[in-house]
Amino acid sequence: MEQNNEDNLAQVQHVVLVLSGKGGVGKSTITTELALALRHAGKKVGILDIDLCGPSIPRMLSVGRPDVHQCDLGWVPVYTDAEKSLALMSIGFLLDDPDDAVVWRGPKKTALIGQFVSDVAWGELDVLLVDTPPGTSDEHLAVLENLKKHKVDGAILVTTPQAVSTGDVRREITFCKKTGLRILGIVENMSGFACPHCSECTNIFSKGGGEDLAKLTGSVFLGSVPLDPLLSASIEEGKDFIQSFPHSPTFSAITSISHTLLNSLQAA
Amino acid sequence: MADVPDNAPEHCPGTQSEKAGKSTACQGCPNQTLCASGATKAPDPAIAEIGVKLSTVKHKILVLSGKGGVGKSTFSAHLAHALASDINKEVAVLDIDICGPSIPRIMGLEGEQVHQSGSGWSPVYVEDNLAVMSIGFLLSSPDDAVIWRGPKKNGMIKQFLRDVDWGQLDYLIVDTPPGTSDEHLSIVQYLSATHIDGAVIITTPQEVSLQDVRKEIRFCQKVKLPIIGVVENMSGFVCPKCKNTSQIFPATSGGAERMCSDLNLPLLGKIPLDPRIGRSCDEGRSFFNEVPDSPATKAYHSIVQKHMCMCTKHTHTDTHTHEYTG
Ligand SMILES: Nc1ncnc2c1ncn2[C@@H]1O[C@H](COP(=O)(O)OP(=O)(O)OP(=O)(O)O)[C@@H](O)[C@H]1O
Ligand SMILES: Nc1ncnc2c1ncn2[C@@H]1O[C@H](COP(=O)(O)OP(=O)(O)OP(=O)(O)O)[C@@H](O)[C@H]1O
Ligand SMILES: [Mg+2]
Ligand SMILES: [Mg+2]
Ligand SMILES: [Zn+2]
Repeated sequence: MEQNNEDNLAQVQHVVLVLSGKGGVGKSTITTELALALRHAGKKVGILDIDLCGPSIPRMLSVGRPDVHQCDLGWVPVYTDAEKSLALMSIGFLLDDPDDAVVWRGPKKTALIGQFVSDVAWGELDVLLVDTPPGTSDEHLAVLENLKKHKVDGAILVTTPQAVSTGDVRREITFCKKTGLRILGIVENMSGFACPHCSECTNIFSKGGGEDLAKLTGSVFLGSVPLDPLLSASIEEGKDFIQSFPHSPTFSAITSISHTLLNSLQAA
Repeated sequence: MADVPDNAPEHCPGTQSEKAGKSTACQGCPNQTLCASGATKAPDPAIAEIGVKLSTVKHKILVLSGKGGVGKSTFSAHLAHALASDINKEVAVLDIDICGPSIPRIMGLEGEQVHQSGSGWSPVYVEDNLAVMSIGFLLSSPDDAVIWRGPKKNGMIKQFLRDVDWGQLDYLIVDTPPGTSDEHLSIVQYLSATHIDGAVIITTPQEVSLQDVRKEIRFCQKVKLPIIGVVENMSGFVCPKCKNTSQIFPATSGGAERMCSDLNLPLLGKIPLDPRIGRSCDEGRSFFNEVPDSPATKAYHSIVQKHMCMCTKHTHTDTHTHEYTG
């Protein structure tokens, strides 16, 4: 694309990356729920999904697979609602067949991420959330490099309480330090499971590991989100959990994290 | 295949890439002329070397999933434990998750270092007949991050295959990161002069996971990697107090069962969610020893049994074809 799209991020107030060294800890789920919570708080939100081999966001927000249109400024993002309060861009929208594998090595991924950063006409946004694949490799370096010209507010790190996960997130913290990326805080996800039949709490993936990691590394602890079958069911069906279950502890956890996030963005 | 010399600039496209010697990053690189000449694009001689090196390995199995966190590493480690419980078998695990190596912790080898021997790097041993290699053994602290682009990761995988002193092995199990990118392409290409038995695909029951796993299956088909079968992990949770089952990761689209019947793949089995699996992983112990009679252990054993049947069946057809058709 050869438009003059230098300024596609000019009206984006805040850019936040959602990272984890570990796979499957809920990066995409937390990204989705934070976006919904921020939208319910009246904000205009965008999600840029740079997980090129395993894009989850289109399904989690049940937008289907619409064609992406072009305008003078570049790609028009896909909106979840008529008010255009939640905008998305994902490689999921660019594939002809949803089962097709994107078998790309680093340089090709880097090139597409460059386009995603510069060529999406986001318009005015309060917050742009960037959902990432696990690790500290091509995608992460590419997105940071391309965002250099703009201000990145920082990163939210997601982990489950298990040592297998916090161990990988420690490495991600080093990545943030080395690349000069501010850590906005750590979210402990899948923390404790309350049996819906007898309300007995079982710590399937342990408990407290995310909070301990925050203490150990001197990072802000944003809160823990329980393992909640209603949340995984909402995510599966692409329903708005924030709207459907306003009285659940999971709802309170997510909204409190989104408030803390907003405060820290506005304070900076 | 992409490879990066030590003196290459940061954005080196890899000596075997289309852009070798021609990309902007190549300006000023001492290897630019050589790369631009095309000489570096010949098949990597390492493939043949690896073929020779691994000719003493009977079975090679990859553990794959398009989705993160579904239990690839847990399965790889426990498959290895199960196979190595026969003291007459030599088993090894190779962890090619370069940015997020979990195998050292899950197998109780945190803090171990690799040693240099006459014939290369020696792996770290869990038991006399269970060897492990991971980038985790090359890092000096638990905070060390491996911030590498694809070509450097590929170089590491090549070294793991060519320069590790694997010795005689009955089974080499390869644990992979999620996705269909550099690591996956590299392992398949570097092993192309050897026989790979196939891939075990791990998934969880939800569509969010299956949609990525279908891509991984496409990948296997594209690179002609046989699929041994699919394992559904984290399928259902039985409350230890009231014994009711909760579907924490609900199979809204029919789970692995439906996917396997749609794609005509064997379903090797289902493993329930069990907090004791997570705990054993964190503590680096085999779950089989911790809770030998749990449903999860039984599920694992039955999967390993089926799996071994498929592998041996394979060897038999391999070795007998000549006799019967000859
Ligand atoms: N708090 C929770 N309660 C119940 N289910 C959850 C919770 N968080 C995430 N999940 C489920 O766990 C699975 C993995 O989550 P998700 O896909 O968001 O992880 P990820 O970190 O983005 O994974 P990947 O590394 O593959 O990108 C999903 O099916 C999701 O619905
Ligand atoms: N059946 C199970 N019951 C309970 N916990 C499990 C089960 N299987 C795996 N786990 C736990 O789930 C987490 C993810 O497992 P694991 O690390 O093996 O996944 P992975 O697919 O290798 O992840 P990655 O994509 O990051 O490499 C680990 O903390 C592990 O201990
Ligand atoms: Mg994700
Ligand atoms: Mg793993
Ligand atoms: Zn119960």
